[in-house]
Amino acid sequence: MSEEHAHIVPYKTFAIVWIGLLILTGVTIGVAQYDLGPLNVWVALGIATLKAGLVVAVFMHMKYESWLFKISLFATLAILATFIGLTFVDVLYR
Amino acid sequence: MSEVTTPTTSDRGFFGEGNYPSIFGWIFSTDHKRIGLLYFWSVTAFFCVGVLLGLLLRLELFAPGETIMGPQTYNAAFTLHGVIMIFLFIIPGIPAAFGNLIMPIQIGARDVSFPKLNLFSWWLYITGALLAVTSLFTGGGPPDTGWTFYVPFSAQTSTNVSLAAIAVFVLGFSSILTGLNFVTTIHRLRTTGMTWMRIPLFTWSLYATAWIQILATPVIGITVALLFAERVLGTGLFDPAQGGDPIMFQHLFWIYSHPAVYIMVLPGMGVISDIIPVFSRKPAFGYKAIVVSSIAIAFAGSLVWAHHMYTSGMSDMAVMIFSFLTFIVAIPSAIKVFNWLATLYEGSILLDPPLLYALAFILLFTIGGLSGLVLGAAAADVHVHDTYFVVGHFHFVMFGGTGMAFFAAMHYWLPKIYGRMYDKTVATVAWGVIMVGFLILYISMKVVGMMGMPRRYYDYVPEFTGLNQLATVGSWILGIGLVLMFVNIIRGLFWGDPVENNPWGGASLEWQIPSPPPTENFGEEDPVVTHGPYDFKKAGIL
Amino acid sequence: MSGHVHKDYTGAKFGMWLFLFTEVLLFGGLFILYAVYLARYPQEFISAGKELNVWFGGGNTLVLLTSSLFVAISITALRRGKKSLCLRLLGGTIACAAIFMINKYFEWSAKISHGIYPGSEHLKELQPGEMVFFNIYYLTTGLHGLHVIIGALIIGWAMILIKSDRINANDFVILENAGLYWHLVDLIWIFVFPLYYLILH
Repeated sequence: MSEEHAHIVPYKTFAIVWIGLLILTGVTIGVAQYDLGPLNVWVALGIATLKAGLVVAVFMHMKYESWLFKISLFATLAILATFIGLTFVDVLYR
Repeated sequence: MSEVTTPTTSDRGFFGEGNYPSIFGWIFSTDHKRIGLLYFWSVTAFFCVGVLLGLLLRLELFAPGETIMGPQTYNAAFTLHGVIMIFLFIIPGIPAAFGNLIMPIQIGARDVSFPKLNLFSWWLYITGALLAVTSLFTGGGPPDTGWTFYVPFSAQTSTNVSLAAIAVFVLGFSSILTGLNFVTTIHRLRTTGMTWMRIPLFTWSLYATAWIQILATPVIGITVALLFAERVLGTGLFDPAQGGDPIMFQHLFWIYSHPAVYIMVLPGMGVISDIIPVFSRKPAFGYKAIVVSSIAIAFAGSLVWAHHMYTSGMSDMAVMIFSFLTFIVAIPSAIKVFNWLATLYEGSILLDPPLLYALAFILLFTIGGLSGLVLGAAAADVHVHDTYFVVGHFHFVMFGGTGMAFFAAMHYWLPKIYGRMYDKTVATVAWGVIMVGFLILYISMKVVGMMGMPRRYYDYVPEFTGLNQLATVGSWILGIGLVLMFVNIIRGLFWGDPVENNPWGGASLEWQIPSPPPTENFGEEDPVVTHGPYDFKKAGIL
Repeated sequence: MSGHVHKDYTGAKFGMWLFLFTEVLLFGGLFILYAVYLARYPQEFISAGKELNVWFGGGNTLVLLTSSLFVAISITALRRGKKSLCLRLLGGTIACAAIFMINKYFEWSAKISHGIYPGSEHLKELQPGEMVFFNIYYLTTGLHGLHVIIGALIIGWAMILIKSDRINANDFVILENAGLYWHLVDLIWIFVFPLYYLILH
């Protein structure tokens, strides 16, 4: 039984995403120069998440994978977030 | 009846010629059944070592003061007992041994998704085990920190914690690769007609377990790596003198080690879920509920880790929240117990050894689980934390639970694998002796713990002597029962009467093929499944 | 012997993703520690973070992003029959890995020559939060650097298999999986960079 391989991603798509990543890198460096108080960390994380999303979706092909791959990734991230969150229930209230 | 073709192979099935001569045909085999047996004999060997250590500990505790060993040796002994039992027996035990032996057959597959990775997992297991053993004789000698390796002591002790940390990392890697292999296999290699809702409950339990192995084990990996760095590089992430927080070690440690207990018990529950219907001649009651509860346990079990830390100094808010979450995780376990009992109810009971051990599991795990509620309730825990009540609790659930399930699996599936049957009467007697010894040993622990005897203490006040002596006597009875059980099993597997395909009347796929199974598991054609794993009518059993 | 050995392309990829999840949780442990200590020592993390050089960090970010581009394109190239282009791109990825590690060498050397490294005397004179920052910086970037090296070796091994056509336009999942591993290395750095180099306020 031969499997159908996923479609081939054109060079151009990768190049556009790469440029987007470079731009976002510039943005995050730029934003970091301003004092937004506690917001700095969250903005930095937000931009990093956006960059990560592009890498995962396009470079790593997740956009074209089945729901199983997507749900598994979501579960992994959710569990990590849970670990961090529940740890903070201790750390924040000492 | 599901359609299963059987090949014309030798009577010895997969025991026939390997891809390499003699022992190399085993230790370099990528056949899941050979790997399963490699694991079975390895974990059993280490179990025996762990039992011996346990017996020595109990001997030392027979009287206050020094009995047969000094305090340093005692600390090393209980550390080693814990490390061996947890990392070398209970965690890999059922999944790596019986999961490998049985799971691919249960879903109608020829092997797992990544057979070479599977072999590599076993080699990692052996490597980790050897590293752990080496730590006994090198560096500053065997670790004396307890299997939990808490800082600051573990960062400062001169014993060979560093090598033990590496060993744990390697063993964790082995566990991860097995989990990864099993999840992929169960998703990708189910045969025609093997829908998700026809998968036997044992395989479902392995599926839930495998996800925990994948998602939780890396955290112990980073934790022991950080401990290693603390010792060898002088990083101070857990050292208050360097701004670090020792409680963070405990968080990271238990973020894995609590889900780990579900890695330990879920496969055991899966064994029970497969055995009960066969020996009640009734389909599993609440199949879907058992499936959902397995996933629920896997998920909820990752939310409760800090119930090991109520007295550590963490915030009151955390104490309350984790206590609340801990009560929730008891619910799916209870659901399973209700379903097992409902399956037995009005069933046609066959009191064979597999069922005896399954019933033992239900009783002992329930008792252990209830004592877990005492521990989970933060206020009550303050009284019993780090006492023998805890030791009694986890031996009830891990030994009375997973341990008994491992023995149940042995008595249930090994005749299929070896094609021979043990003496059922002797097996029953051994079971009885084990039960008596177990109850004497571990009930005594709970009582003396409630009275205030601390755990991991080399000595105790004279008031506790009676119960300690009772416990030690219980350990001797238990030891005798274990010897009887193993001798009987080994005798049966190698010299017992041959069995046919289906000595117990099971309806899942492993019982439709010869005993021992052929190398390819099935014949020329892949099996086609037309009914569920407990449909005894359609399988022609009833 | 029944010939039931069909290759499972989706299964192989899924297995690789499962392995990547374990890497996420491995580094996740370090991120848990970072988050906790950032919350506990906000000012010291800022003052210590300013000691890190954003040119090194930013430069390395660009290097890794580009290396990811190369490895992604290399798969398209191979599938379109451009084997030598594929190999050159993968060589480029390894070159990027080398540049990353050389940068890291200079960066670490500078810090070490200033007495900032785990267990140093100078470190003990700093504020507790600053000590934590540098300890966790070395551990995280060190573990990441190890993964850069491993990733480069995996890519190199894939190149050997491509040369011998063991990986080809019809059977390329090994290259895809090698690429996935490499992208993970990039992903970790995407988070490490702002958290360590850009916390300036």
